[in-house]
Amino acid sequence: MLTYTLRRIAVMIPIMILLSMVVFSLAKMMPGDALSGRIDPTNSSPEYISAMKEKLGYNDPVHIQYLRWMNDILHGDFGNSFIHKMPVSQLIGLRVYNTLFLTLLALFFTYIFAFIMGMYAGKHPYTLGDNMIATYNYLGFALPSFFAGLMAIYLFALKLQWVPASGSIGTGVDVNTIAFYVSKLKHTILPALVLGMLSTAGYTQFLRNDIIESSRKDYVRTARAKGTSESIIYNKHILRNSIIPIVTFLGFDIGGLLGGAVITETIFTYPGIGSLFIDSLTNRDYSVVMTITMMLSIMTLIGNLIADLLYGVVDPRIRLD
Amino acid sequence: MAGREFFNTETSILNTKNLQAGFFIGGKFYPAIEDINIEIKPGKVVCVVGESGSGKSVTALSIMSLLPKENGSIQEGEILFEGRNLVDLSQDDMNEIRGKDIGMIFQEPMTSLNPVFTIGFQVQEVLLNHLSISKSEARERSIQLLRQVGISRPEEIVDEYPHQLSGGMRQRVMIAMAIANNPKLLIADEPTTALDVTIQAQILELIKEIQKKMNMAVMLITHDLGVVAEMADEIIVMYAGQIVEQSDTYSIFYNPKHPYLKLLLQSIPRLDENRERLDSIKGIVPSLTNIDRTGCRFTDRCPEAKDECRQISPQLAELGGGHKVRCLLYKESYPTEKAVTNR
Ligand SMILES: Nc1ncnc2c1ncn2[C@@H]1O[C@H](COP(=O)(O)OP(=O)(O)OP(=O)(O)O)[C@@H](O)[C@H]1O
Ligand code: SF4
Ligand SMILES: [Mg+2]
Repeated sequence: MLTYTLRRIAVMIPIMILLSMVVFSLAKMMPGDALSGRIDPTNSSPEYISAMKEKLGYNDPVHIQYLRWMNDILHGDFGNSFIHKMPVSQLIGLRVYNTLFLTLLALFFTYIFAFIMGMYAGKHPYTLGDNMIATYNYLGFALPSFFAGLMAIYLFALKLQWVPASGSIGTGVDVNTIAFYVSKLKHTILPALVLGMLSTAGYTQFLRNDIIESSRKDYVRTARAKGTSESIIYNKHILRNSIIPIVTFLGFDIGGLLGGAVITETIFTYPGIGSLFIDSLTNRDYSVVMTITMMLSIMTLIGNLIADLLYGVVDPRIRLD
Repeated sequence: MAGREFFNTETSILNTKNLQAGFFIGGKFYPAIEDINIEIKPGKVVCVVGESGSGKSVTALSIMSLLPKENGSIQEGEILFEGRNLVDLSQDDMNEIRGKDIGMIFQEPMTSLNPVFTIGFQVQEVLLNHLSISKSEARERSIQLLRQVGISRPEEIVDEYPHQLSGGMRQRVMIAMAIANNPKLLIADEPTTALDVTIQAQILELIKEIQKKMNMAVMLITHDLGVVAEMADEIIVMYAGQIVEQSDTYSIFYNPKHPYLKLLLQSIPRLDENRERLDSIKGIVPSLTNIDRTGCRFTDRCPEAKDECRQISPQLAELGGGHKVRCLLYKESYPTEKAVTNR
C-alpha cells in the first residue's frame, strides 16, 4: 500500500504541473492584472505604469513569468492580494479554518443522517418510514441550496433568532475563550446543517438501495442458516458490505472540503475559502484566484487518492500494489 | 404393520406433512411445491432428485424457514422436526435451530460466503451463535473444523478471505460451518453442481465420510441421479413441484416405475459406454406460472401418456414395500373419491 501511495503521488506531479500551466494561462488570458487593479489608471502617469510593469516583470516572456510564479509558489510565496493588502498565504490561512470547520461539520451531518435514514429505509423498504425518507430525499435533490439557505436564514435567524444570519464570529469575543468557540459554533451550525441535510439525500438513497440489494445476497441466506440474528445480519453482514461504496465517497468528499461550500458561504456571507474565491474573481484579485484554484485542484487529486486507499482498506478483495 | 408405522413417526428426525409452499407473483400465489411428505430418520441419507425448477430448493428452504421474505411463503402443511412444528416457530426460535440442529450447504459456493469477512470469522460465527465459548476457543475449533473438512494449512486459511479460495475450498468451508455444531440433520442443496467434476467427487466423498462418522441424517439434493447411488438410503424424485416417485435406492435404480424416472435413469452417462448418452429428456419443466394443475404434469413430455392423463390428476400411491409412485399407469394412483373432491 505504501508503494502504491508513493506511485500514485509520483503520477500526481506531472498532472499538477500541467494544471499549474492551465491555471496560469487562464489567469493571463483574463482581462486586467494585479497592477491595473491596484492603481488608478486615469491618475497615474504612463511612465509610472510602464516602470511598474517592468518592475513586476510583466514585460518578460510568458514562460519566464510562469517559471517565476512556480518558483515563488515552491518557496511558499503565493503573491499578494491587492484587495486585502496582505500576502495570499496569510489571507487564505485566516479563511481556511472557517471553511474546514463548516464543511467538516456539514460532512458530519451528511453522514450521520445518511446512516440513520439509509439503514432504516434499507431494513424496512416500502414501509411508511421508507416512503417518508424517500420524500425527504426528493426534496433534498430538488431544492436548490440557495433557496434552502435563504429559507433557513429567514426562519431560524430572522424569525426565531436562534442563530445569527451571517458571518463566522460575533463581535467583541476574545480569541480562544469558551465564548469564542460557542460563537463560532452558533455562526456555523446553520450553514452546516443546510449543506449537510441537502447533500445527505444522495447518500441516504444510495445506502438504502445498497442495503436492499445486499440483503438479497446468498451470503445473507448463509448467515441466516447459521442462526445469526436479524440485527447482526443487518448491522454487520450487510452494513459491512454496503459501507464500501460509501467510504469511497468519503474520499471524494475530503477532496471537496475546501471547495464544497462556495454557494453556502456566499449566501450566509460566511468568510471562508468559497466566498473569498467568488469575491476575488469579481475583483480580479488574480493571485488569490490562482492560489485557490491550485489548492482546490490539488485537494481533488488527494481526495481521489484517499478514496482509492480507503477502498483498499474496506474491501479485502482490492489489493493496492 | 400399524405398529411399525407408529414406531417410525416416533423416531423420525424430520417429517413434513402435506407441505405446500410457493411464491406470490403479481399478487397471485403459485405453489412451487405441493403435497410434500418427506420423512427422514436419524443417520439416514435421503436424496431428492429432479431437474432444474422441480422445487428441490424450495423444499429445503421451507424446512429452514429461509424462503425469500418478499414473496415466498408456506401455505399449508407441517414441518415436524423432532416432533416440533417448525412452521409455527418465530424467526428467533428458528435461529436456535438453524446452524445447531440443522445445518445447510447451498448450491452456490462462490457467493455463499460473505466477501468482506475472513473464513475464520465466518466459521466462528456459527459456533458463537450457539455455544458459550470464548473467541479464542472458537478460533481453535474453527481451525480443527477446517482441517476436518480437508483444508490444508487451516491455520493460515482462517485469516484469509473467500476470494482467495477456490470453489471447492469454499464449499468445504460451507460444510465446516454446516457441521460445526454436530447437527442432527444436514441439508445439502446440490453441493457439487457448481464445481469441477473431480472436485464434485471429493466433496461428495467428504459429505459421505462425515455423515458416517457423525451418524447424521442427511437430505441430499441433486439433479444428477448418478452421484447418489452409493450414498442414498432412500430416493425421492420430484417433478414440477410434486413427488412423483419415492423408494429405497435399490428399487429406484432396478425397479423404476414412473416414466420420468425411467428417462432420468437413461440419461445418466455410463463409464462402460462409448456412446454419448447425455441426451436429456425432451422438453422442459413448466415454469411456476405455467404449470397445468389438472391432469398429470408430465403429460407433455411423457412417452407413455394416455388420453386421460390430461384430465385425471394422479395421486402418490404406495405400490407395496414402501415404493410410491404418482402415475396413471398404476391403478393405485387413480384418485379416490375423497381426493377428487379435495382437488
Ligand atoms: N424467489 C422466487 N420467486 C419466484 N419463483 C421462484 C423463486 N424461487 C424459485 N422459484 C420458482 O420455484 C420453482 C422451483 O424452484 P427451485 O429453486 O426449488 O428449483 P430446483 O429444483 O432447486 O432447481 P435447481 O436444480 O435449478 O436448483 C421454479 O419454477 C422457480 O422458478
Ligand atoms: S400419468 Fe400419464 S402422463 Fe403422467 S407419467 Fe404417467 S403415463 Fe405419463
Ligand atoms: Mg435448487
